[in-house]
Amino acid sequence: MSEKLLEVRDLRKSFQVPGKKKLCALDGISLDLGRGETLGLVGESGCGKSTLARTLLMLERPDSGTVRFDGIDPFSLRGKELLAFRRRVQMVFQDPYASLNARMSAGDIIAEPWRSHKSLYKSRRDRDMRVRGLLDLVGLGAKAADKYPQEFSGGQRQRIGIARALALDPDVIICDEPVSALDLSVQAQVLNLLNDLQGQLGISYVFISHDLSVVRHVADRVAVMYLGRIIENGPTEAVFERPNHPYTAALMSAAPTLDGAQRKERILLKGEVPSPLNPPSGCRFRTRCWKATEVCATTTPPSAVDPEIAGHTAECHHPLLQEGSALVPA
Amino acid sequence: MTAVAERRSAKDLDADPVLEVDGLTVDIRTITGTMRAVNDVSFSARRGETLALLGESGCGKSMTATALVGLLEPVADVVAGSAHLADVDLFSVGRAKRREMAGTELAIVFQDALTALNPLYTVGTQLAEPFRIHYNLSAKEAKSKAVELMARVGIPQPETRMNSYPHQFSGGMRQRLLIAMAVALNPSVLIADEPTTALDVTVQAQIMALLRDLRTEYRMAVVLITHDLALVAEEADRVAVMYAGNSIETGPVAEVFANPQHPYTKGLLNSVPVNARRGDELKSIGGTPPDLHAIPDGCVYQARCPLARDVCATTRPALDSVGPNRKAACHFPEEVVNV
Repeated sequence: MSEKLLEVRDLRKSFQVPGKKKLCALDGISLDLGRGETLGLVGESGCGKSTLARTLLMLERPDSGTVRFDGIDPFSLRGKELLAFRRRVQMVFQDPYASLNARMSAGDIIAEPWRSHKSLYKSRRDRDMRVRGLLDLVGLGAKAADKYPQEFSGGQRQRIGIARALALDPDVIICDEPVSALDLSVQAQVLNLLNDLQGQLGISYVFISHDLSVVRHVADRVAVMYLGRIIENGPTEAVFERPNHPYTAALMSAAPTLDGAQRKERILLKGEVPSPLNPPSGCRFRTRCWKATEVCATTTPPSAVDPEIAGHTAECHHPLLQEGSALVPA
Repeated sequence: MTAVAERRSAKDLDADPVLEVDGLTVDIRTITGTMRAVNDVSFSARRGETLALLGESGCGKSMTATALVGLLEPVADVVAGSAHLADVDLFSVGRAKRREMAGTELAIVFQDALTALNPLYTVGTQLAEPFRIHYNLSAKEAKSKAVELMARVGIPQPETRMNSYPHQFSGGMRQRLLIAMAVALNPSVLIADEPTTALDVTVQAQIMALLRDLRTEYRMAVVLITHDLALVAEEADRVAVMYAGNSIETGPVAEVFANPQHPYTKGLLNSVPVNARRGDELKSIGGTPPDLHAIPDGCVYQARCPLARDVCATTRPALDSVGPNRKAACHFPEEVVNV
């Protein structure tokens, strides 16, 4: 991995819900992100992807665990230092229609972050220059500054959202399903833009998506989440080609592909994701897993390492690769 | 034999179509004038087969479905075309006949199951309704039919669950309920309008498997409306690709995807990050679809088409035959391979 930028260890976050119950959204998350790297975060709804994103943005305070950003614990910062830190992690939202204020012009939307971060681009002239520069950078052209969101298409709006995230020169951009609201032909344009920007500016992305083909295209490494835990983590190709956790294998096989005829046997999981209010004991996935045995109900599985690929781990008592090619449920 | 090959060989592609849509045209009246949401769309669906209507948002695929089931908003009208099902034209029969055909001949599954179900009635009551209305069954008989149906679509403990309300079910289970309601009266044609778009992929796989089984069991024609190319590749036998209200290419899925004859189909296929590795430039289609208020003369795709030339601006290409069972609306289908 390139120089380490973000290090998360054993992060936990739960929410109190009515009825004195606890909803455990993050249950011991550990991950690393290198500079200029893209980490893909996949998992089904309710698995904790968005809570993790919100915690990395410091919108949620974790119950326990550590976050180190360039060696600093952001949750220990106060005042000016905290403000300066917030610049470094920015966000691109899923819905380009809801995430832009219809009463502000594109230029005002992009310049808005500087109203909080007053030390940047102090003069009007500097700000205007920078807005035009950002609009050029995202391929909209400087003239777009005076137009309002409703004058743009979905793909163009998402470009404005990206320009706004770039306005504070962040080190990390968290992209929460940035293309899932866009049509396929436009989706490719936005993915290309994100890729170009990374090449030019060396930004890191945390890329949250449910679309596995998109993640495979953009991510250097992939973390698969299930009920608040990262159950498999590794280099993108390794996770896609040699999934080690049964859930990853099932997820990969459930996604339809253009090459339908050549697919591996489809693993059809039983049931749906259990409620995070009442997660299964031991391994979280055991209620839907075809390899589950008694030990899965009693013990949380340890992290198993793929002997052939550095940094490829899976939390499973019965990892697939160590048991031959038994990728298909019996 | 792979599952896909098996499906095709078992199919009689020349069987008589059960639904034949011909020249369907839908206009929407808006403050700024009339816009054409669906223009001269024709397709047919056969029993035991899945036909996909594929296209991006605003291409008219859902409007086509809504017109077929007679649920168009008051501002939208079918201004031309016919849809023949069971020897009647859906657009010229009276309301009473259409009601009679709803569910028994033609049924629809919507994308958003939570808004399609009534939150104030138990699912048992809602599932029993088709039997009470169409077969005049007593409440008790209809409920036992509903329980059977819930069991068939894979809802655990149907006897107790029938007394639950829609919000007490998960997304996947709600979609199963909608499907159960749609197939209750054994329709000839089932329209599925983005049935899995709101669902997670492992649940999507379950729902598509259920639809496949029911299609075979009831010998239904399924019209699958979707924007997902991979879903079409795996689930459909034939496809009609739509763009800006027009159907621009039709044919067997395997052939259309292997060898598209319209530059838009090719462009869509190129945009899928399928084998693209990390960092590869994805091919995208430049620009955006035309405003439906200002559809250009000539070809609807000309503004984004790399093959466009003078004739494309003046003459709209007809959906013409480009091979056995295949049609495309392009002046230069033989050049699409270069796109």
